[in-house]
Amino acid sequence: MDFGASDAAMSDEEIAKVPSGVVMIPATAGEIVFAYNLPGFPGIKLAREVMAGIYLGTVTKWNDPAIVKANPDLKLPNLAIQVAYRSDGSGTTYVFTQHLSAISAKFDDEVGTDKSVTFPVGVGGKGNEGVTALIKQSVGTVGYVEYGYAKDNGLLMASLQNKSGNFVAPDIASARETLSNLELPTNLRIWPVDPEGASDYPIVSFTWLLLYKKYPNAEKLKALKEFVNWSLADGQSFSESLGYVPLPAPVVEKAKAALSTIE
Amino acid sequence: MPAPQRDIISQSGYRAGPDLFKILCQGAALVTVLLLGWIIYEIVESAWPSIQKFGLDFITTSAWVPNRERFGVLPFIMGTLASSLLAILFAFPLGVSIAIFLSENFLSPSIRQTMRFVVEMLAAIPSVVYGLWGIFIIIPIVKAFGDWAVASLGGFPLFSGPAYGNSLLTASVVLAIMILPTITAISRNALAAVPKTLREGTYALGATRWEAIFSVILPTAAPGIVAATILGLGRAMGETMAVAMLIGNSSRLSWSVLSPSGTLAGLLANQFGEAQGLQVNSLMYAALILIAITLFVNLIGEAVLRHTQKATAGIR
Amino acid sequence: MDSIASYSLGFFNNDPSENTKVIARSLKNRILSGICIALSLLTMVPLISIIFLLLKKGLPLLGLNIFTELPPAAGMAGGGFGNAIIGTLAMVGIGLAISGPAGILSAIYINEYSPASRLAQAVRMVAKLLTGIPSIICGVFAFAVVVMATGTFSAYAGGLALAVLMLPTIILTSEQALMGVQSAYREAAYGLGATRFQAIARVVLPDAFPAIMTGVMLAVARAAGETAPLIFTALFSQFWAKSLNEPTASLSVLIYNFSTVPFPHQIAMAWTASLVLVAFVTLANITAQTIFSRRH
Repeated sequence: MDFGASDAAMSDEEIAKVPSGVVMIPATAGEIVFAYNLPGFPGIKLAREVMAGIYLGTVTKWNDPAIVKANPDLKLPNLAIQVAYRSDGSGTTYVFTQHLSAISAKFDDEVGTDKSVTFPVGVGGKGNEGVTALIKQSVGTVGYVEYGYAKDNGLLMASLQNKSGNFVAPDIASARETLSNLELPTNLRIWPVDPEGASDYPIVSFTWLLLYKKYPNAEKLKALKEFVNWSLADGQSFSESLGYVPLPAPVVEKAKAALSTIE
Repeated sequence: MPAPQRDIISQSGYRAGPDLFKILCQGAALVTVLLLGWIIYEIVESAWPSIQKFGLDFITTSAWVPNRERFGVLPFIMGTLASSLLAILFAFPLGVSIAIFLSENFLSPSIRQTMRFVVEMLAAIPSVVYGLWGIFIIIPIVKAFGDWAVASLGGFPLFSGPAYGNSLLTASVVLAIMILPTITAISRNALAAVPKTLREGTYALGATRWEAIFSVILPTAAPGIVAATILGLGRAMGETMAVAMLIGNSSRLSWSVLSPSGTLAGLLANQFGEAQGLQVNSLMYAALILIAITLFVNLIGEAVLRHTQKATAGIR
Repeated sequence: MDSIASYSLGFFNNDPSENTKVIARSLKNRILSGICIALSLLTMVPLISIIFLLLKKGLPLLGLNIFTELPPAAGMAGGGFGNAIIGTLAMVGIGLAISGPAGILSAIYINEYSPASRLAQAVRMVAKLLTGIPSIICGVFAFAVVVMATGTFSAYAGGLALAVLMLPTIILTSEQALMGVQSAYREAAYGLGATRFQAIARVVLPDAFPAIMTGVMLAVARAAGETAPLIFTALFSQFWAKSLNEPTASLSVLIYNFSTVPFPHQIAMAWTASLVLVAFVTLANITAQTIFSRRH
């Protein structure tokens, strides 16, 4: 294997196990949305405690007072909320549970953060597509999927409350806003667990390319560098149409610098 | 006399063949016998770290939290039992009806032949196709029923909401259809084995067909029908794909048949592909429990069946 | 002929109250018959529904490209599942290559060599028990033996899982087939001076062959439709297989994967794959029964 890619960056222990060393380069970024099936009610606003409450099974109706409070203009129905989650292990679940754990101590305590967790409510679907299918299947269902899946399948997406208290709709612009506010460390590993900017969309993450620090084969190294350079420059223009977020310029600069350390 | 001697030599030359062949056959037979042991050995060995760590708590606790390395399969055991028992509840009256239908002469032989074909076709359809069909046909029906049931019977724990499409009830309905051929085939054999003399004797006493069926035929065939039901139960417990596609694969205990649930087989199907470390060991442990349950049920079923065959062999 | 007995009883009885009782009994009889017939016919509903949907949703995409192209990516149009058909055939082939000889030889041993021996009794019991073991356990076994040892999902692992699945069917049906050979044939062969091997190879096996093939085809039909033993042994692949030692696509796993997605084209493809699979399984079953009935 010459390189890998993941939504969940490698931990220090994992990196220590690779003898030739590891360089992680952000290649693109994505956002995770609360997609739901409630025809006629676009752009529902979900407060922070509601997001956690839905996945803890404490918020069970669409007309729960906590939801109504944030959406005074909508006449929300007295309908049970059906919860969908990923039954397979995934970076999406990791990023999602990481955010919920950050905003809710109860969620952190009862569910926690991982690629695969046990939610106290709901039904599991395999992959982003499985969860999307479950949401489409019955009215009243809510689930977390990558932005691109929700957009391509015409699902409604909730506006989520961020750390500064504002409700932000998921789109490429709001996610880019989040990313450009980040201060990247030298190893480029950063989780915008609970971004602070006023108009930041709260659940955003990078997808990393995982490269070795040293490649014995010079030709392979050259080809690899060319590919990564292309993805950081021209490749970014494809991101948006695929539902991913083009990297802001400062991030691209740092990524290129990291790439040049590989030999 | 050189010729006969050559014959003997060539014959013994042949014998080297048959002896080898016998050894070959014996070897194959031995491999077959050892296979079951090998399967159990491999699974126990792979499950060992989990067996050591959790012991019997594995069976009595209801946590399946891979990220916290806490594993207990109680909800999956309960889901396995509940889904298959519910399936039997649906399949039993249907299966026995068809068995009676096939062994009595209500209708012309050609209709009975068609019915037999239908049951055989049901047995031939792959599990995954039942799953696909269930997603598009049974889930919407059960969801609609569930919404109604929650609204009007929601007070009963069995029908408490919210009603999910992927639920215990959905899986059980499809399971019932899938085990119908098993129940039908074995029950039919039991009914067909009821001696003619008994049947004719009952009619001669002036009984109507159903008086004969209820008072003589069914009681005589009862052990066979019981065996059919037990073997159908065993089949339902091990059924994987259709259940994994329909039951919702939840690891929570719930009283409601309208909630997502999970089975041991479904757990294995969902998690083996990408499990790591102690999770693999725990899945192996779960597989061991599934083997134990299904072997136990099947052994009882086979024992009842054998007992029945012995019992009816006398009267003829 | 439904209740001749009860009617005739009525004719010879002059008590009118007895007569109404007879009519009531006869009515009850008819109602019960009606219920029984209705319940039986109810079984046809799911079958008709499944076949109808297979044809309605599966036929539109059925074409030559289905057999020659690769599965479409999410949201893409066109494509087929040629690699999955080859994968299914390859893994059923591997399964058969292992379980066929092992099963038939075991059956020869338990029926021809020493039917009453402890080993023979053990084989029969194990074969019975193996038929009752859930098919997913075959997958767990192959996962432990092949996948964990080689570190990769492969057609070998899937084939081994299917072999374990097929073995008991082949043993039990082959034993029945061998039992069906009249013992007079064997005695005649011995009478002509044949050795045990000659009798088996020249007389018993040729006579039992069609019935053995019936069992083999039944096992093939069952294995081809199985998904559970393959999902974590062979896994799946989007591409044409280059070797047997890599993740391999199969029809049944394709149906499973494509059945829970939101993309209409992939779902339609799952139905077409189901149609192909059911057609294949039915064909194998019919072949099995034709072989069988030609003999009897």
